[in-house]
Amino acid sequence: MAEGDVSAVGLVLSLSLVVIAIALSARESLRLERDIVVAVLRSVVQLLIVAVGLTLVIDEGTPLAWSWLWVAGIVLFAAATVSRRARAMPGVFVIGLAANATTASVALGLTFGLGVFPLEGRTLVPVAGMVIGNSMKSCVVVVQLLAEQVADKREEIEARLALGLTGSSAIRPFVRQALRLSISPLIENVRALGIVFLPGAMTGLILAGVDPLDAVFVQLALMYIILGAVALTASATALMGARRLFTADHRLIRLARSTRDA
Amino acid sequence: MTPALFSFERVTLDGDERPRLDDVSFEVPDRGVSAIAGPSGAGKSSLLRCCNRLEAPRSGIVRYHGEDAAARDPLAHRREVAMVFQRPVLFAGTVTDNLRVADPGASDERIAALLRRAALDEGFAARDAAALSGGEGQRVCLARALATDPHVLLMDEPTSSLDEETAGMLEALMRDLAAGGVPVVLVTHGEDQIARVADRVVRVDRGRITGVEELAGGAARARRRTTDHGSEGRDG
Repeated sequence: MAEGDVSAVGLVLSLSLVVIAIALSARESLRLERDIVVAVLRSVVQLLIVAVGLTLVIDEGTPLAWSWLWVAGIVLFAAATVSRRARAMPGVFVIGLAANATTASVALGLTFGLGVFPLEGRTLVPVAGMVIGNSMKSCVVVVQLLAEQVADKREEIEARLALGLTGSSAIRPFVRQALRLSISPLIENVRALGIVFLPGAMTGLILAGVDPLDAVFVQLALMYIILGAVALTASATALMGARRLFTADHRLIRLARSTRDA
Repeated sequence: MTPALFSFERVTLDGDERPRLDDVSFEVPDRGVSAIAGPSGAGKSSLLRCCNRLEAPRSGIVRYHGEDAAARDPLAHRREVAMVFQRPVLFAGTVTDNLRVADPGASDERIAALLRRAALDEGFAARDAAALSGGEGQRVCLARALATDPHVLLMDEPTSSLDEETAGMLEALMRDLAAGGVPVVLVTHGEDQIARVADRVVRVDRGRITGVEELAGGAARARRRTTDHGSEGRDG
């Protein structure tokens, strides 16, 4: 077993912390026990499938097209997740798909076009996963916040419309707020890098025996790519989402119900 | 013959359970203060919102000066048909910031003039909008609505959250605006307020028009009363 490998026994033992989480949930009547068990089981099944798939896709003999196909699959899954988390927003699947696809194209194009990482299945799939995973989160936050603003700040938005402002102008203060809230956590993460926490990729590389300085370089490159990608996704989502909230004649639409569906 | 200010022709506006407006037809003339009265949920605010296109009817036509309002540029239409809402809705920033949302190029002199039209002295210009009282806030909203130089002013129960004295002041301002050539369409459910300020009243119930009354001598009566508004009762 190589340095940093986790044995099956080690994996099972790590579940002892999950048992603590279940016990705490039961003790405090949080009713999260079932959710925790399902989440753990899903993580095992999903990641095992991913491991098998990745082994095939990133094998040196496999054409790179399969890796790009994998990336397309991630984008589709991200759009479906955004859609599930903010059902009340009209056209949310298209928004999620367009925002994440745009971000993936720009971020991966720059990353591999500029040679930050060599373009191989071994780099493409994990980098795309991290970029789109973070972009998806910011997309969800922006869409949920925008839809909530329509409910909570309807009077203020309509007061602006009544003054002859366009829909996009009327909602601009709330778009800014949603963008700040979606991007700020990542800026905090970047600021706290190495002090408060050691990020996942770097930790994984160090555990796998890579020199810490090399691991830091990889991590920094990834964080910068992700920061740009999140800002891009949030902006694209806000732009498209804000448009969907108004009719062609600049009336604010009424959303069916709360957007925090999942 | 001069076309009506607003003319509703068989207008139906959908609602959650029943139509908010149900096959409504009536006219509002281009002068004075026209009140729209009725119980809560009758469709008064919906009528007003159709006037400045915050709502679009499912069927029927809303005409503005004889022209189909739906065929007009919605942004230009809203600047011409200004609206003051039930509760003062103030934006973040100072009073000047609020007025410049409506008129981004407004000079300090213009801001002062708009405040005076709403019975506020120019010292309010630099005040934080969030720190204003309800009455002051509503008058800032009026000044902000006037910043678009509207041809008509829609007011949706603008005095419902104000004390008697401030409400009286706002009523006097409505009369002044109407006398100065800016007709006012006022949603209210207060009969006393109608008697004080309105020249006519359109009565609404359950999304239908139940009557239109021209109040003989309404304006003169209102002028007399608004000079002494502090002694009048108010239920608007």
